[in-house]
Amino acid sequence: MATLERTIPVPRAGYSGILEWIATIDHKKIGILYLYTTFSFFLTGGLLALGIRTQLMSPDQQLLTAAQYNAAFTMHGTTMIFLAVVPLFTGFANYFIPLQLGARDMAFPRLNALSYWLLLGGGIILYASFLPFAGFPANAGWTNYVPLSAKQFSPQLGEDLWLIGLTVLGFSSIFGALNLIVTIFALRAPGQTFHRLTLFAWSVLVTSFLLVLAMPFLTVAGIILLFDRIAGTAFFAVEQGADPLLWQFLFWFFGHPEVYIMILPGFGIISEILPVFSRKPIFGYKMIAYSSVAIGFLSFSVFVHHMFVAGIDTPLQTFFMASTMLIAVPTGVKVFSWLGTLWGGSLRFRTPMLFALGFLATFTIGGISGVFLGSVPVDFQLSDTYFVVAHIHYVLMGGAMFTVFAGLYYWMPKMSGRMLSERLGQIHFFLLFVGFNLTFFVQHQLGIEGMPRRTYHYPQSPEWATLNLVSTIGSYIIALAVMVFLWNFLYSIVLKQGRIAGDDPWKGDTLEWATASPPPAYNFARIPAVHSARPLKEDVAAH
Amino acid sequence: MLRSGNTIRRATKARSIAALVVLAALIVIVPGAHAGSRTEICAPGVLPQSGAGVTGIFGADSPPSESIRTLAWLVLGICAAIFVVVEGLLLVAVVRFRRSSRETRGGRSSAGGESAASNGGETEPAQLYGSNPIELAWTVVPLIIVFVLGLVTIRTIREVQLTEPPEGALRVVVIGHQWWWEYRYPDELGPGREVVTANELVVPTGRPVWLELESADVVHSWWVPRLAGKTDLVPARTNLLWFKAQRPGVFLGQCAEYCGTQHANMLLRVSAVDPELFAAWLEHQATPAVADSSVDAGRNLFLALACMNCHDVDGASVGMFGPNLTHLASRETIGAGVRPLTRDNLRAWIDDPQTIKPGCNMPSLKLDSTQLDLITDYLMTLR
Repeated sequence: MATLERTIPVPRAGYSGILEWIATIDHKKIGILYLYTTFSFFLTGGLLALGIRTQLMSPDQQLLTAAQYNAAFTMHGTTMIFLAVVPLFTGFANYFIPLQLGARDMAFPRLNALSYWLLLGGGIILYASFLPFAGFPANAGWTNYVPLSAKQFSPQLGEDLWLIGLTVLGFSSIFGALNLIVTIFALRAPGQTFHRLTLFAWSVLVTSFLLVLAMPFLTVAGIILLFDRIAGTAFFAVEQGADPLLWQFLFWFFGHPEVYIMILPGFGIISEILPVFSRKPIFGYKMIAYSSVAIGFLSFSVFVHHMFVAGIDTPLQTFFMASTMLIAVPTGVKVFSWLGTLWGGSLRFRTPMLFALGFLATFTIGGISGVFLGSVPVDFQLSDTYFVVAHIHYVLMGGAMFTVFAGLYYWMPKMSGRMLSERLGQIHFFLLFVGFNLTFFVQHQLGIEGMPRRTYHYPQSPEWATLNLVSTIGSYIIALAVMVFLWNFLYSIVLKQGRIAGDDPWKGDTLEWATASPPPAYNFARIPAVHSARPLKEDVAAH
Repeated sequence: MLRSGNTIRRATKARSIAALVVLAALIVIVPGAHAGSRTEICAPGVLPQSGAGVTGIFGADSPPSESIRTLAWLVLGICAAIFVVVEGLLLVAVVRFRRSSRETRGGRSSAGGESAASNGGETEPAQLYGSNPIELAWTVVPLIIVFVLGLVTIRTIREVQLTEPPEGALRVVVIGHQWWWEYRYPDELGPGREVVTANELVVPTGRPVWLELESADVVHSWWVPRLAGKTDLVPARTNLLWFKAQRPGVFLGQCAEYCGTQHANMLLRVSAVDPELFAAWLEHQATPAVADSSVDAGRNLFLALACMNCHDVDGASVGMFGPNLTHLASRETIGAGVRPLTRDNLRAWIDDPQTIKPGCNMPSLKLDSTQLDLITDYLMTLR
């Protein structure tokens, strides 16, 4: 591989120990901080989910009171979306985008550190609502609809903390996204045109634009609602003439792009992993890249499908139904391209590949059920039922979280220098796949039988008990799977029992595999020059 | 290296088995929904049976639900076909293109720790980067499917969602409250004779019902799956919904938009009765309950306590915040469906609503046993 003689001085770390981590502006250390923090929040959100599932195990369980249950699902959703899935991907992007670009760091390293510390700060503010001084945690749902979240119906300080925490997290996301956009535009290695960018970088680029454009809507909505609550303004005061649906429009204008913010980086990770473990190039590189852009644009024109039952005019419903169904097309193109990548390959079922295939199997169900829900009349019946709960979990857990685990197994050797155990990885995958489908597949049926979401018990409908019990058992299996992963991490990485990885254990062909594992502070001794989208494979062949 | 055919066709690994389980589950569960729809519901006046299908979306007894059911089966069919194709291709790819075990062993020894810049002597599969015709095909075919799906759906939207009341419809105003339903029949008996009731909607069979949905506080959603799809009740707006019960029976549902602490206990109950029965019921509801002098003490207590501040009893009190109790004893349930209406349940409810429906807006008045009996006896006469 050709390299350019262009080295820049790298500042030496001025601190050691914990101070080194606090003061760091190294994108890799910040990436690791992101991953530790967000995975911890993922575990916290998971505990809340276990509480929810245990409560619903039988029609009238008394584990949680009504108000506690409502706080549990509010904080579960908020945690998983704002503190786990979105920033988990930011963690991966932080660590691997500069490496894949052949860069030494992000464009704005200090802004990068600020993004991380705002994330942690926002998370702490959100969770401070569990402390006694806050009265009670927010319990208006993660969608926080007005007027339920207004002072009159949610008087507790916890609701204010929720809004403040989300505002802080919003700034964290916006700064992080701006940084990634500039990095991808400005710091690509010589020769790395946009058609030689990794597909992970493409998806992060689109995601970052979505964040920059959509997140301000939530941030602004949150701030003016906060003004309503603490300063007596009347932006959302229905009795003073405010539009009762204003919050819903602002929220979902952010909220639907947010869904793609949570899944596009995962698409990128899958597009990295499938070719490597099929020993083939990705099938239809440009279509995958451009379909991400198409999804990015369309994601701003589907948001009203969350409000089909709020009393929306038929023409508006028709438009948003059409765009909702249309967005399935670029998503379908991706799925078919991934299948095309597998086709004719020589598949290696290492753990990252297992998770990638698991993602394909489960995400497909989430995508299809989305088309089902997108049909307006069907949505009249299924909106706000457990069918929707099943759908979002097939997209966000069977989709996003499977790609997160795929990414963790794929990149852990690069980040730590050691391999995670394959055996434990297989057990983890198998338990998660079975547990996940057990938990969520039956929820489709519960929705069809009329069980609404966000209900703390259902003594009037004992016929829902069996499937709920199955779902709860599934959730315990998921918990077991996550514990296997934690043990794998502890055993292989922390206790250093995993095999030494070497620079490129998977025979990957993108730039992050061209440097040591873990990479040195300066990433590359010499900035590599790039002549194709698979520099480690084709550039070698060419030279 | 050569691929050994026998090993490929042998055991398909846990992943593909699990995918089969999912497929099997789809085949087993979805028809279950249909079977459930055949469950019969009892005649009015009797508590409806519980069982699968009571609130299922595939059991329809009203035109909007029937239209949605037809469409849902169609969309489900298309979705199932896509599911089978995609998951099938995935399974085939995983089984057919997995590397044989001999190669895997070879791969293990070379994968450990070595730099992978070289191929390690392994044969790589054909390096295919894409194919324009194939990519075009899997872009265009889904576009066509989506287009057809969209067209079919638009017709159903127009059937389900009307902007004008159907001919001869019964107009009912529904007002959502935390956590109960208020029903008003404003013009059925002519001007000045509005009937107000709570939590149990009574409608005639065979006649369209036109609901005007409003909210007194937060957003709720009115959803009785066998009659119609749901529509939200939004403060400061009037949303519209229609249905036509095609047979007598009790139809159940519950609030579908999260509305706070007791969202789970905001149950819906619609009794469809023959038109003559309905007319008689409405006439009865329009007149105050017959005063029974034996419960005067209870009535006086009701008026002396805080009860009257919230509850309207025609001819006695004019409270606005709680359910109208004029004909409480003619209903089948209390507390928006949380308990069947019996003397004991009612007494327990008045004693402390917070143990039955924690967080609801009715406080316990800390009445002594005698007071409780007096009030309960009085309310039980409000037939």
